[in-house]
Amino acid sequence: MAYVAIADRDAPIHDPTSFFTRYIWSQDHKVIAIQYAVVAIFVGLVALVLSGLMRLQLGFPDQFHFIDPNQYYQFITMHGMIMVIYLLTALFLGGFGNYLIPLMCGARDMVFPYMNMLSFWVYLLSVIVLLASFFVPGGPTGAGWTLYPPQAVLPGTPGAGLGIIMMLASLGIFIVAFTMGGLNYVTTVLQARCKGMTLMRLPLSVWGIFMATILGLLAFPALLVSAVMMTLDGTLGTSFFMPAISSMGETLGHHGGSPLLFQHLFWFFGHPEVYIVALPAFGIVSDLLSTHARKNIFGYRMMVWAILAIGGLSFVVWAHHMYVSGMNPYFGFFFATTTLIIAVPTAIKVYNWVLTLWKGDIHLRVPMLFAIGFIFTFVHGGLTGLFLGNVTVDLPLSDTYFVVGHFHMVMGVSPILVVFGAIYHWYPKITGRMYNEGLGKVHFWATFLGTYAIYLPMHYLGILGVPRRYYALGNTEFLPDSVHTINAAITIAALIVAASVLLFLYNMITSLWKGEKAPPNPWGATTLEWQTPDTPPHHGNWGPRLPVVHRWAYDYSVPGAPDDFIPQNEPVDPKLGGGRDHGKGH
Amino acid sequence: MSNYAIVIALLVGIAVWYLVARQLTAKSWRSGEQPGDVGALESTPARVGLWVFMAVVTSLFGLFLSAYAMRMHHGVGWCHLTIPPILWINTLVLVAASVALQLSSRAVGRGQRRMAQVALTAGGALSIAFLAGQVAGWQAVGPSLYFIQGSPAIAFFYVLTIAHGLHLIGGLYVLGRAAMRFAGGAELIDLRQSLQLCSIYWHFLLLVWLVVFAVLMYL
Repeated sequence: MAYVAIADRDAPIHDPTSFFTRYIWSQDHKVIAIQYAVVAIFVGLVALVLSGLMRLQLGFPDQFHFIDPNQYYQFITMHGMIMVIYLLTALFLGGFGNYLIPLMCGARDMVFPYMNMLSFWVYLLSVIVLLASFFVPGGPTGAGWTLYPPQAVLPGTPGAGLGIIMMLASLGIFIVAFTMGGLNYVTTVLQARCKGMTLMRLPLSVWGIFMATILGLLAFPALLVSAVMMTLDGTLGTSFFMPAISSMGETLGHHGGSPLLFQHLFWFFGHPEVYIVALPAFGIVSDLLSTHARKNIFGYRMMVWAILAIGGLSFVVWAHHMYVSGMNPYFGFFFATTTLIIAVPTAIKVYNWVLTLWKGDIHLRVPMLFAIGFIFTFVHGGLTGLFLGNVTVDLPLSDTYFVVGHFHMVMGVSPILVVFGAIYHWYPKITGRMYNEGLGKVHFWATFLGTYAIYLPMHYLGILGVPRRYYALGNTEFLPDSVHTINAAITIAALIVAASVLLFLYNMITSLWKGEKAPPNPWGATTLEWQTPDTPPHHGNWGPRLPVVHRWAYDYSVPGAPDDFIPQNEPVDPKLGGGRDHGKGH
Repeated sequence: MSNYAIVIALLVGIAVWYLVARQLTAKSWRSGEQPGDVGALESTPARVGLWVFMAVVTSLFGLFLSAYAMRMHHGVGWCHLTIPPILWINTLVLVAASVALQLSSRAVGRGQRRMAQVALTAGGALSIAFLAGQVAGWQAVGPSLYFIQGSPAIAFFYVLTIAHGLHLIGGLYVLGRAAMRFAGGAELIDLRQSLQLCSIYWHFLLLVWLVVFAVLMYL
């Protein structure tokens, strides 16, 4: 039997028949995407509240007696882990990946819909296990999001009993869920693109999500390996990571394990994780900028190659998180070099974003504001990364607030700005309604200026030598009084930003009913998801026939064309000729 | 760890080369016909999915084994594992299971229903025998917590064999479903892909086991 590509098959669409199979136990990628997103945003709000509590303690020490040192460490740990894995990874890949990949590739659904559904339910289980650890004796783990042994499993660390075990179990479950989803995303991109959709005609959003998924599939096993081995150290008393150690005057049975081994494994996952979060953001922001600037993305091929280069390089930089662990200087030199090399493709992307805006017809709608805001925060976080990538500069700064400012700027604020921008951008397609533009703009400015007010001063605190991870600074002599004032100011800014999230939620929820009905393609975008016969798209996405693609995703403002955009599925007009070929010439 | 990084870099390199070969150099801003217009590899999603999954499992075991090597060199108090002889028998049993599934897959391709069913059953039975043999291996290595706590090599032996066994059990689940469909009278043409993929997965797990076994013995 000859092979028939998915795009050429006329498979019947089996519509779900009951409420249960349509909305709950659903195999439709769009419903699964929304389920993923709602759970991720919910658990992200939990982490947001935790950060608010931490900031209260730091800004106004000794004022809030319900926050004790143990709880403070538990808040830090859970805040970090939730934000990085259960919010950002799940939202970008499970949420946006699920929604956008089939629509942007011109497919009816993911290639393994049943496994896709399981992926969500297993993810939900991992979140439930994670949140349940708040209610076990001893509370959740307070080992820091990096969970370094030996302290993570030693008595004296909060949550060293059940808390850490539940965290590790939850991570294991999450990785299973991610693998099921990830197999779907990769295979769908490779196998289910519609006719004419070559790899190099894919929108950059799909490229970013695709590469991030590959990174996740190869890197999450490192976290699984370390989680399994640490669970065994903590429960059965093995010595993979645990050295001979005395704890609280008592000699424990462990001997000979290597805590450094854990750090290597953890960061072998941890660094690609930065790009698992960043690459989808890179991809999505490219599409937002191009669409709202009515201009083709500058250097499309270079953008794709940069995504691939960043993905490859992200596996050989992990030890730059471990400069302070005492490594061979040559080893440090190697990792500093690879770290700085990764700046090259990243910088190419930043130049291309800026050049996309150059002489564009820029519409400062809410998604565009967030996209431009991202360029600022990302450049800022990237530049401080150059400081920390150098061993000699990193050593004195490593345990200070400089690092907190850096990584929040680069992988906290920047991806979150893209998340917000993307939600505003695709909200009309997902819900069929428009959001409130005014509220969206207030939300943007509060978030953008507010996060600067939070994280910019932290760099200064770091250079002053304010240590991170401290519950309270007390009367530390070398710190000027201004440190305390700045800390209070940061806390106030943080609370304002947190309040603006409520504004966002209010806007999103009320617009479901009160928002204007959205036209099918309100932004005049070229990509396939805006060309569906129904808004929101129905099950099967495309009606009776799959779309056929004739051009790349960035035919904006083509000279001679009637509109300032030409959808990807628009056949080539022989009079007008092929897209940009008939532009200003090359 | 750096060995592992080299392997990963190679894998990524191959992937990039492959993608480049698939016209990553196309000038997509020119409309009209583009190279690779068909849109997909000439393969089924299930087959591509299996290969991606095997890449994930390779990463998992690669990391376990590099952790093994690092624990051996950087930790303290390592003593080598004495390989119980039964592991040799288990290895042969797994080789036989792999061969049986290959035969079954080939027989389905040739339309030999009876032969395919016998080989499929044999493959399943041999795999279960392999798992039982591994449990016997645990008994031989040191069956109690005392040994697991005392020797990291033994602890690694347990972790690696359990991880490998779990992957085999997952395979057996899929194989079992194919066998049920077979017994229920499904057409050979419908079973062809399932059995092909099962045999690929079994060869892969055999390869993983051979590498694990070699590391346990020689490293």
